[in-house]
Amino acid sequence: MNSVQRFYFDHNATTPVAPEVMEALVECLGQVYGNASSIHHFGQAAKQRLEGARRQLASLVHASPVELVFTSGGTESDNLALAGSRPAHIITSAIEHPAVLGTCAQLERQGTAVTVLAVGSGGLVNPDDVRRALRPDTGLVSIMHANNELGVVQPIAEIARVTREAGVPLHSDGVQALGKIPVDVEELGVDLYSMSGHKLYAPKGVGALYVRKGTRLAAIAYGGHHERDRRAGTENVPGIVAFGAAADLAASELAKESARMGALRDRLEKAVLDRISGAGVNGARWNRTPNTSNLYFDGIDGEALVIALDLRGFAVSTGSACSSGAITPSHVLTAIGLSADRARSSLRFSLGRSNTAAQVDALVDALEAAAAHLRRISVHA
Amino acid sequence: MPEQPIAVAMSGGVDSSTVAALLARQGRPIVGMTMQLWNQRRLPELSTEGGVGRCCSLDDVYDARRVAEQVGIPYYVVNFERQFEEQVVKPFVDEYLAGRTPIPCTLCNNYIKFDRFLEMADSVGARQIATGHYARVRFDEASGRYQLLRAVDGSKDQTYFLCGLTQAQLARTLFPLGELTKPEVRELARSMDLAVASKHDSQEICFVPNGDYAAFMDAYLKDTGRDLPKTRGAVVTTDGRELGEHDGVHHFTVGQRKGLGISTGEPLYVISTDAASQRVVVGGNHDLWRGRFFAKRVNWISIAGVTTPVRAQVKIRNKHSGAVSTLYATEDPARVEVVFDEPQRAVTPGQGAVFYDADLVLGGGWIE
Repeated sequence: MNSVQRFYFDHNATTPVAPEVMEALVECLGQVYGNASSIHHFGQAAKQRLEGARRQLASLVHASPVELVFTSGGTESDNLALAGSRPAHIITSAIEHPAVLGTCAQLERQGTAVTVLAVGSGGLVNPDDVRRALRPDTGLVSIMHANNELGVVQPIAEIARVTREAGVPLHSDGVQALGKIPVDVEELGVDLYSMSGHKLYAPKGVGALYVRKGTRLAAIAYGGHHERDRRAGTENVPGIVAFGAAADLAASELAKESARMGALRDRLEKAVLDRISGAGVNGARWNRTPNTSNLYFDGIDGEALVIALDLRGFAVSTGSACSSGAITPSHVLTAIGLSADRARSSLRFSLGRSNTAAQVDALVDALEAAAAHLRRISVHA
Repeated sequence: MPEQPIAVAMSGGVDSSTVAALLARQGRPIVGMTMQLWNQRRLPELSTEGGVGRCCSLDDVYDARRVAEQVGIPYYVVNFERQFEEQVVKPFVDEYLAGRTPIPCTLCNNYIKFDRFLEMADSVGARQIATGHYARVRFDEASGRYQLLRAVDGSKDQTYFLCGLTQAQLARTLFPLGELTKPEVRELARSMDLAVASKHDSQEICFVPNGDYAAFMDAYLKDTGRDLPKTRGAVVTTDGRELGEHDGVHHFTVGQRKGLGISTGEPLYVISTDAASQRVVVGGNHDLWRGRFFAKRVNWISIAGVTTPVRAQVKIRNKHSGAVSTLYATEDPARVEVVFDEPQRAVTPGQGAVFYDADLVLGGGWIE
């Protein structure tokens, strides 16, 4: 059983480090060990690499390099954006990542008023709902760009028009969008935008927050004057350099890869819907990140299906990796109106660079066999 | 998958870890799984920092995962918290409130470990399951039945809690430790270098910290928004004299002596409790002895049932040594009258009664 061939369909949880990125990472790790704050040659070399990476990432998201703050990852970026905005009232949505919802819960304990907007069955936030929820003391609106479980892409530009008009800053968690769809912070009109390296083939432990010039943001960790006083702590130069290389890779491959992902995803969904009864797509089928598919298999326990597929060599997930083993069904799937039963029978497939049409076909074969077996033996369904 | 794997229920303890390692050593394909049954952080007021023997803690999952890694088998945590609460915790609480003394381990075996887990095993392609229980199972050609037998290590025998297993469940279950003694299991674990070789045995009921049932019930009912039903009542003697008051029948169990809050000349014991009237009847030690009782919802294992009187040794609680008795059939095949040769102390409604013929488990039911 340990000798099965393994295929990875869980790229929204994390991605492998791309060879090009690995090269940059290892080279930096081996050669560049100075502290980017030091005056000497070694420090300067590190600083140059740091700023080079900042320009690479800035170019990917059409920001100015000075608007980017490197962090330890998406969760820290979300925490910094939300807590650093010190809002008296914050508006967010029911399908945000736990990094945002958890921070909102903490802010609420500290006295912030929190409004959580419902979403429709497609998983979309209605910009008019944002407008209606605005209050004179609203200090921040935080709506994710692409959802991690469904892939649904929110109308951020439209929401930004609403928040701009009201003079309220807009944050968007872009962790699941970066590298999968074009991200242009100017077109989006966001003031704060969270990013994570390991979702686009950089290693874990590095992320960034875009902070539009003029946006008020307080630090949440204190110490040295790193990152323009916004994030104290010696920079993770090799990780950041890898993130920069990954940004370059995404910029050059995005158009081609996203078309390829979309075709593979459609191939997967068509085959599943054709061949497996009681299966369907969760959330809107249009306007999604091209690599993500969330499917339900009525009458089948999603947890059992994930294990059965893993034993056959296919890595997929029930909802997000952050909620693995949770007793309550996915908050995203319940928010779009799925029953608890259907939510528990749902799986997320997220494609990436390594996946091929042959792998997708093999996955569908395994799914069909596992689903048939599960339906045959199921006594509780 | 060429050969169907065996799903091993791994709790992170020495017994189930040894089972996984033993089967792996035999070259059988295995899937290790830990059942997440209860969230220990759910009732924070019951928190016992550093307490030993609590199940489903992150430490236990860590230990199980480490053993799986060491043995080289696929490993998963499966979440049955919902089913465990529905089918074990709620009935446990309801039984206590009804003035009976439930045994959740039997319910857990019947509805979780040998039902939900078996189903999960099936789901992932495993026909058989293996657990670290001390018991033996064998197929008897003559009767065509799967038989359950006491473990070789009588002091660790767990057949009392396994008396609800059906033929279909037994057919798919392996108890690799049934032929071994606990010291042998520890020695095996040590010889295979398992990190858990000297870990403490689990104690008491896994979801009730420190065996404090009353505290658990109070916290659980509060958490689920249920009101504790009227729980003040009278302590009365067998001849009807009122001796005092108490906080609720769920604080008492038949045979209990301490905690009555009443001092009289001779020692007093709880003889019976009645939830409807919230009366706790107390009396002397002699009032606790019974010559017979009825067992209901009997599950027959090694025999198909009784029609004529059958001689058996009957255990009326886990630590009971077993009383020589005769089982008499009633109109209901799942209900028998048990008549002891010698009266027994503290026959407690809600507890299991398990019938043995030497090592063979004939069946078991619930004391009425």
